[in-house]
Amino acid sequence: MSYRASTLDGMPDDNEILVSAADLRKSYGDHEAVRGVDFEIRRGEAFGFLGANGAGKSTTMRMIGCVSQPTGGSLQVFGRDPHTQGAAIRARLGVVPQDNTLDGMLTVFENLVVYAGYFGIKKKAAREKAAELLEFVQLTPRAKDQVSDLSGGMQRRLAIARSLINDPELVILDEPTTGLDPQARHLVWERLFQLKHRGVSILLTTHYMDEAEQLCDRLVVMDEGRIIASGSPRELIDTHVTKEVVELRFGTAHTAELAALAHTLDGVGAQIEPLPDKILVYTDDADDTGAALEARDIRPSSVLARRATLEDVFLRLTGRALVEDEA
Amino acid sequence: MSVIAYGAARASLRSSGALLNRNWIAMRRAWILIISGAVESLLFLFAFGFGVGALVGDLTLPDGTVVSYTAYVAPAILANAAMMGVLAETSINVFAKFKWMKVYDGILNTPLRPWDVALGEVWWALIRGFTYIGAFVVIMALFGLLDSWWSVLAVPACLFVALAFSGIGLTLATLFRDWTDFDWMNAVVFTMFLFGGTFTPVESYPDYLQPLVYAMPLYHGISLVRGISLGQAEPMMLVNVVYLLALWVVGMWIAQRRLARALYK
Repeated sequence: MSYRASTLDGMPDDNEILVSAADLRKSYGDHEAVRGVDFEIRRGEAFGFLGANGAGKSTTMRMIGCVSQPTGGSLQVFGRDPHTQGAAIRARLGVVPQDNTLDGMLTVFENLVVYAGYFGIKKKAAREKAAELLEFVQLTPRAKDQVSDLSGGMQRRLAIARSLINDPELVILDEPTTGLDPQARHLVWERLFQLKHRGVSILLTTHYMDEAEQLCDRLVVMDEGRIIASGSPRELIDTHVTKEVVELRFGTAHTAELAALAHTLDGVGAQIEPLPDKILVYTDDADDTGAALEARDIRPSSVLARRATLEDVFLRLTGRALVEDEA
Repeated sequence: MSVIAYGAARASLRSSGALLNRNWIAMRRAWILIISGAVESLLFLFAFGFGVGALVGDLTLPDGTVVSYTAYVAPAILANAAMMGVLAETSINVFAKFKWMKVYDGILNTPLRPWDVALGEVWWALIRGFTYIGAFVVIMALFGLLDSWWSVLAVPACLFVALAFSGIGLTLATLFRDWTDFDWMNAVVFTMFLFGGTFTPVESYPDYLQPLVYAMPLYHGISLVRGISLGQAEPMMLVNVVYLLALWVVGMWIAQRRLARALYK
């Protein structure tokens, strides 16, 4: 695994900037996928891009990974220019693409050894590293299997192992748990936590707020090609929403009826947000809100009080849910 | 400067070698496919060389030399084998890896560049092509079809044929949209095989058709390999070599450019 660069007093230099972007843009013909974003990613941190599908997250990752050319603004990775030094930058990155891109003609073990070859790693070192990484992602018993025989979660873990073959200074994961079942997701998260603890810098995109909350030290929220908010998960929640949220459901009442009901709720919380199937009341004290509802004789069929999450932040900022139709 | 150039060449060799290694590991379980290609060329030799050759007997070349028909046709079939070996590898197999199995999408995130990928595929195709050529030359020798020690040079002559068609094959792999496009390629290849001077001297075609034949890459391959097998060195061979090398360089350049465009979106 890679280690953090150290300053003279032996403390990790957390201020070293690995990636910096200023007014970064990418268009495909008339379509502007990324419309001028600014961010800095520092060594040792887990940095997240949170956003719905089509927000421009993957395009930004591809530009950082030096496999897509920006059409505007500036981008530096490891202090180098991706346009002229793409291969040298890629040699120091680990990438887990959304669709894994594993080599279907090779076995699990061969996938790692052959990939090591692309980084110029010698055969013996490659085999040792491959065995070590298979152990790390708990796939050692499957070493001789064809990739197609693995489950989705196993394939993703193999892709993660592959991304670590060159001891990268920064690992880029594009939606690491999309399409995985809950158990497989937790296994992936657990491995990513391990990486974080070893001091590996991580950059990930996600449209799962729980993933962002758990894994990211710092994140930006992207929407329609722009960054609309940034900070730590806690900062984002503190800045953009109240501490707590009360979810109210009124039997089978739907969009229009709920919108009408929302008007009668004025003042029971800091902000009222009607959704298609429920009404969210943002409040600093759920008990006060409960009491206010009772005082007005409003009786929802169900009341759920919870802490505010990044999902709420996203909803407040964009007026839309992060994951529209989750299976 | 030369130190930098040497370093760059070394890095490029190492990178393309990594892809060669990948192909070797992926294909070593499917070696039977490679053998089958060599058998095809032998069947051609038996059918045309010995079958038709027995009817035709000897052939008088435009310069007055008399050779057996089998000795005349065999080098052409050898050149054809060199073409088929690399063409199958660089066109169909590269197309499958590129568009269908998305092998290069994974490689994209490594230090390898499209140029390294193209070069690695060429090395691999040459290895496959030369297993055909080697087997074929041995058979030619066994049947006494190699007239002089010059004939040993037929093998390196095939290198030029193989290089040219690796460039063409790679370009086609990046141009083709789906499998039906390969029918077109096969039709053109078969036309070249029939009319590129395999069975008769080009001089026997009508005048208006001859320029078309001279443009065919396979014609230049056949001329070169046949001239060397029959021990007839002539200045035209330089033209053959330059034409074939030019096809390789241009083909490689177009292919790596198109790969880069498709992958680095």
